[in-house]
Amino acid sequence: MTAAVFWFFAAVAVLSAALCILQRSPVSAALWLVSTMFSLAAIYVLLGAQFIAAIQVLVYAGAVMVLFLFVIMLLNLGRSASDIRGPGAVTTAVVVVGLLVGELIALWRYTPHRLAAELAQAAPFSDPSVVFAAGDIARQESQARGVVGGIAAPLFQVYLVPFEITSVLLLAAIVGAVVLAKRKA
Amino acid sequence: MLLGPSLAVSAILFSLGVAGVLLRRNAIVLFMCIELMLNAVNLTFVALAQLYGAGGQIMVFFVMTVAAAEAAVGLAIILAIFRHKQSVDLQNINLLQG
Repeated sequence: MTAAVFWFFAAVAVLSAALCILQRSPVSAALWLVSTMFSLAAIYVLLGAQFIAAIQVLVYAGAVMVLFLFVIMLLNLGRSASDIRGPGAVTTAVVVVGLLVGELIALWRYTPHRLAAELAQAAPFSDPSVVFAAGDIARQESQARGVVGGIAAPLFQVYLVPFEITSVLLLAAIVGAVVLAKRKA
Repeated sequence: MLLGPSLAVSAILFSLGVAGVLLRRNAIVLFMCIELMLNAVNLTFVALAQLYGAGGQIMVFFVMTVAAAEAAVGLAIILAIFRHKQSVDLQNINLLQG
């Protein structure tokens, strides 16, 4: 059952992404991208990351894509001639993307156990059972502390400094966006 | 668990994003393709977080923050270029071409 739901949303995500890059109108491209993001949120729920799924819908599908739609409509880009590049670029894209898909799918053969075994052979790295603790950690943590608590505890303990640096990044982005978009007086 | 299928879907989505960046000339659609690539990487993080703990899910937070900041600044740059050139087509943005 879970697998069927997963494949349904995976197909929706991939189809929407393909339509997103092929739509002529930027508004339709943005709406297909929203569809991809919703499907990804559903997949996150299946993968045991319910809180990330909620954030995905709120931040990505909600805030970021609304920002995109605002700019598209502000610039009045509704209907324009096709902006897909010529045959040379299409050939380049097909070659590059083919290679990339081949490489990434080839990585699929790497199961955690195989990777751990190769690491153990390669060098005095460390004990593979320490590097790759026995699986299913996310489910155990969310059962012990709840879905949000399992993320909140490490976020505000182990990752506290990166979290604070992120706030500086956001401040810089706000200031930068205001300065860039401000009309010169 | 669905680890392998998730990674495969993530690979396909990332490649579609790359294809979009290579194919399109509209700067805003280009930005959307970059968002698509970031989403694909997020899927990888979440899929592997099942096995290796919540660190992957926390990294998704940081990726989302960077994506939001990038979208805000990038769209402001596009607005400034549009005021200058009356176009967001990348073929018309050739100031550095000499």
